Amino acid sequence: MESNSLIINLKDTTYSYSGNKLVLDNLSFQLHSGERIGMVGPNGSGKTTLFHIIMGLLRPSSGRVELFGKPAHEEKDFREARKKIGLLFQDADDQLFSPTVLEDVAFGPLNLGKSPDEARDIALKTLARLDLFNFENRITYKLSGGEKRLVSLATVLAMDPEVLLLDEPTNGLDDETEEKITDILKGLNLSCIFISHNLDFLFKTTDKIYAMANGKIFLDEALVPHSHVHTHKFGRLPHEHKS
Amino acid sequence: MIIEEQFSTGESFVHNLDPRVKIIVAILYSVVIAVSSNFSALLPALGVSVFLIVLGKLSIRKVFYRLLLVNGLIIFLWVFLPFTYKGETLFTIGPLAGTKEGVLYAGQITVKCNAILLAMIALLSTTPISTLGHAMGQLYFPDKIIHLFLFTYRYIHVISQEYNRLINAMRIRGFIPGTNLHTYRSYAYLVGMLLVRSYDRAERIHKAMLCRGFHGKYYTLSRFSIKIGDILYLSLMLSAILGLMVLQWRVIV
Repeated sequence: MESNSLIINLKDTTYSYSGNKLVLDNLSFQLHSGERIGMVGPNGSGKTTLFHIIMGLLRPSSGRVELFGKPAHEEKDFREARKKIGLLFQDADDQLFSPTVLEDVAFGPLNLGKSPDEARDIALKTLARLDLFNFENRITYKLSGGEKRLVSLATVLAMDPEVLLLDEPTNGLDDETEEKITDILKGLNLSCIFISHNLDFLFKTTDKIYAMANGKIFLDEALVPHSHVHTHKFGRLPHEHKS
Repeated sequence: MIIEEQFSTGESFVHNLDPRVKIIVAILYSVVIAVSSNFSALLPALGVSVFLIVLGKLSIRKVFYRLLLVNGLIIFLWVFLPFTYKGETLFTIGPLAGTKEGVLYAGQITVKCNAILLAMIALLSTTPISTLGHAMGQLYFPDKIIHLFLFTYRYIHVISQEYNRLINAMRIRGFIPGTNLHTYRSYAYLVGMLLVRSYDRAERIHKAMLCRGFHGKYYTLSRFSIKIGDILYLSLMLSAILGLMVLQWRVIV
């Protein structure tokens, strides 16, 4: 993969649910190979919609979507791109639908045309990479919240994506699991966009942070991560310091 | 609520059978019993079913409990059928006359139901649901039926959790069900909300599947292999089914 090539290119995309207020308002956005972008913004600012537009789950009412240098209009264009872009949904129960963990992780590789043996192999390796040993025969709906999130991540990573889109990956996790996910994500050599309200997490895992508001993206220079780590109560909540 | 597959794990000859063999036997066997009407076929069938349960080394107590649930419904047949069926009077209670044909008919249904139920427990409950789905796939059942089957299994739990969440949300705000319009309306909202949420979830799951390259075909990891025990079992059961058919229809032939 050539460095700095343009992977995701949205030009003036607009989207609104049933003709109401614009969720995306003439939004332009680019992701180059190797970039790690964090995305913050209030609820309803269009972050998840942006992901769904990129994956072709929603079609913009106007504007252009280009993925890997090619314009994407129809389902079949997006189908190709989805093989290389992994999206983690907010709710793990949406992602995990197979009865057992192994089958769920193998679902993506099987769709990519791998043989059952290869798919099983990939699934087991991916689970091992995330320290999920002896999980293969666990029943997906009986996993705890943290386990569900990790297994969901495994289902996405098993497809060996070039780009990772994660929607609130640390939402509702305890400190230990959050740390684990943070470590895993830091170690991945992928281009990525992470949506989160957790600035601490974004500082650790991404290189720059965009803010989204009212369907537009702002590259907020003030939010470029810089290191004077400190701790205090409720420090996890987005907040400002008067210097 | 957690759906327990209480019979699916275990070590026995039946548990280790190829699930495809079990499905084929279960379908043929239950169809033959369902259309049989002759006691000389039905009673041996009940015997065969009991034998299958014994072969599967299942807990008799748990099996009995399951039978109890179904036979609870069958009791109603015994209450109504003898008095509503036309035929020779067998006994009278006050103005009501019970007929011989009615009693026989109720008996027939009872034996049929129990024989089929026992066979289903012995054959299908001894297979994990997901394996059953995949075996159906290999037997060329339509994809849609298999998807429906596996998804129902997977999401019944999620929907029941959602139901509990909603019920709790109602309870903590002091909801006490009674016989009044407020209760009916609240329950209607509950059911409506469950439907809407299930629909939304179905949409999200479909999207998540699309993101992972789903295009209408469900591939499976499992491969099954026919072993000598499977062939033995299949031929034994096929002969038993054939035997039952002979017992049922020899009168006519």
